[in-house]
Amino acid sequence: MTSPLIALIPLLPFAGFVVNSTMGKRLPKPVSGGLASLVMLASLAIAATLVWQLASLAPGDRLITQTLYRWMSSGEFTLDVTLLVDPLSAVMLLVVTGIGSLIHIYSTAYMHDEVDSEFARYFSYLNLFASFMLVLVLGSSLPVLFVGWEGVGLCSYLLIGFWFKKKSANDAGKKAFVVNRIGDYAFLLGMFALFAMFGTLEMRGIASAVAAQPAETTFGLLSITTLLLFIGATGKSAQLPLYVWLPDAMEGPTPVSALIHAATMVTAGVYMIGRNAVLFSHTPETLLIVAVVGAATALMAGTIGLVQNDIKRVLAYSTVSQLGLMFLSMGVGAFGAGIFHLYTHAFFKALLFLGSGAVIHALHGEQDIRNMGGLKKYLPLTYWTFVIGSLALAGFPFLSGFFSKDELLFETFAEGHTILWAIGAFTSLLTAIYMGRLVFLTFHGERRHDAPAAADAHGGHGGHAAHDAHGHGGGHGHGAQHGAPHDAPPAMAVALVVLAIGSVLAGYIGVPAALGGHNALGAWLAPSFAPPVEGGAIAGEAATAAEGAGEAEAHDEEHIALERTLMGVSSAIAIGGLLVAAFIWLQRREIAANMARSFAPIHRLLLNKYYVDEIYEATIVQPVQAVSREGLWRGVDVGVIDGAVNGVGAIVDASAGALRRLQTGSVRAYAGSLFIGVVLMLGYYLWR
Amino acid sequence: MIPLSHYLIVSALLFAIGTAGVFLRKNLITILLSVEIMLNAVNLSFVAFGRYAGSVDGQIITFFVMTVAAAEAAVGLALVIALFRTRASLNPDAFTSLKW
Repeated sequence: MTSPLIALIPLLPFAGFVVNSTMGKRLPKPVSGGLASLVMLASLAIAATLVWQLASLAPGDRLITQTLYRWMSSGEFTLDVTLLVDPLSAVMLLVVTGIGSLIHIYSTAYMHDEVDSEFARYFSYLNLFASFMLVLVLGSSLPVLFVGWEGVGLCSYLLIGFWFKKKSANDAGKKAFVVNRIGDYAFLLGMFALFAMFGTLEMRGIASAVAAQPAETTFGLLSITTLLLFIGATGKSAQLPLYVWLPDAMEGPTPVSALIHAATMVTAGVYMIGRNAVLFSHTPETLLIVAVVGAATALMAGTIGLVQNDIKRVLAYSTVSQLGLMFLSMGVGAFGAGIFHLYTHAFFKALLFLGSGAVIHALHGEQDIRNMGGLKKYLPLTYWTFVIGSLALAGFPFLSGFFSKDELLFETFAEGHTILWAIGAFTSLLTAIYMGRLVFLTFHGERRHDAPAAADAHGGHGGHAAHDAHGHGGGHGHGAQHGAPHDAPPAMAVALVVLAIGSVLAGYIGVPAALGGHNALGAWLAPSFAPPVEGGAIAGEAATAAEGAGEAEAHDEEHIALERTLMGVSSAIAIGGLLVAAFIWLQRREIAANMARSFAPIHRLLLNKYYVDEIYEATIVQPVQAVSREGLWRGVDVGVIDGAVNGVGAIVDASAGALRRLQTGSVRAYAGSLFIGVVLMLGYYLWR
Repeated sequence: MIPLSHYLIVSALLFAIGTAGVFLRKNLITILLSVEIMLNAVNLSFVAFGRYAGSVDGQIITFFVMTVAAAEAAVGLALVIALFRTRASLNPDAFTSLKW
């Protein structure tokens, strides 16, 4: 079926962007912030209506489209701008608009110290970002998806570098943009290859074309194509080897971290693979690479997260790590589980980022957890919501993260990837430990100022007072002197509470059969991962058949027993990790210090993030800069281009210098040349 | 009847003499006179051709040339006098400061 409403979903935030970017300077803060939040809420309402309509259709017919106009038409090839709502994009729509709205509301309080024009600029970027993300989610063809894909890249640059007067923020913005571009380039190549193979860029068209072929078991052309798409996803979703931009992206305002780097943009890669699930399932070789890269990223980022001291950086690495788990799930073919984790992760990670934002806000820009501690009594609301988010992320039983992570790991195990499962489980342990560490160091114990003085200079937050939070020259303009840290203001509190409720309850739409549920989300998503078949009814049959098969499988006793065992293992891992963290950082802080000392090389390696930035700097950035400086600048620009321009000038100058000798001033010489010239001309005509 | 070629030979000789005078003599007045000789050489061939072709066009053009020559002589001599006043010389090689 079609609906004219779909276009409104991205257009409303875009309208907000237009208003705020053109007239924002003259609008007072409540108007610009309120408008930005309102358009997001309106877009959420429309999205919810559409999803409601979608849910009322038969499972096989769940597809609402709207064709806006014909974008290109060349020979046989035509491409319409078509927006599409199906079960998969419905989930993403609700995540993006729902969590996006909360973050907008939260931002109205978080950014209130900015001047009016900056405030409006911030919200215009935020709206533009949401708009592009919605285009990405709704696009039915790869080029439309790519428009959103590039758009969110642009907006992430703008938002990370929002405080553009700070050099580190500028650098982080550029880094994000450049690293994303590398992935985008591969993505483009993948798109071209798909077009060359199938002659269409409609993702459903590609899916049905590919479904007619047998799976490619050797590493051939199709595998290379999907691998290129996956490289695009590693750029956008911060996977090895292109994850390096995400931790630096914490230079942006904290709600931006929540919006872009937890809930929406970084999930684009996962979503893209889910959207092209049929294509990817036909290339098992690529899927294996996806799974291995995901597991490796999860493990690596998890270990780095253990030792970081910046509250937002810990969360950033945990995002990278959780994204790794999602890719692991995608890679083992459990697309539903990956999207499920994406969806629950969006809740608790947005909650954690917003909670850390509330902490930073209360401490006027302090981000180093060594300078925190004891905040529990000052920030009770933040504390409790943060704890819920942390427990959900750690996979504490019966919170949302538990269901999704468990299903993801179970699917990995069930597909026979025992080693990958072990890595995933170990990552969960790490997750529990570093989240425990984060909570205990930030909120428990006494207020500390342990960070070495050198680390105080991070991010340009100068002027740490000696004893408490007084007089911190906040990086975002907190000039006023406050007393004790104050808890989140109402707009922030609303977002935190709603997200905390979401973090608890979001998982219950995907309760697995092993716990007496029937994995409603998995069944809901299943048609999106099956090849589209002409005629909705047949597709419906296929989907129900697949669903039936899935349920039959799930009802298998052995299966359920296995799932229950694994569930027990992951619960034990989560609780164990939290207990270890509690023991170390609540009871015996010296253990951590001793361990850091006795494993000094490893500790230093982790603290310096495996020196990946340094390695990239030495192997890629420096050579590129050297080639640019010596080859392109001194060689091509100075040598060839300037050489050509200056050379023309020099030739004219030299030849004119030679020729002016003819200008003797002697009238007789002129007369002579005139005479000779006439004679030559006449002679030519006479004797030719 | 004198054939056309004789007139033309004389005209060519006169033109050559005039040209040689322009290039070889070192006095501006003489050079001006040489130019006059060249003009008259041309006049002669015009008249000769006109006569040969049986029309008066050649003679008409000659009158034009004579008029121009008169004007040229007037301007030329005025220039010569002006030059002599500033440089006290009539040698064209003395007037080469307008160069490079």
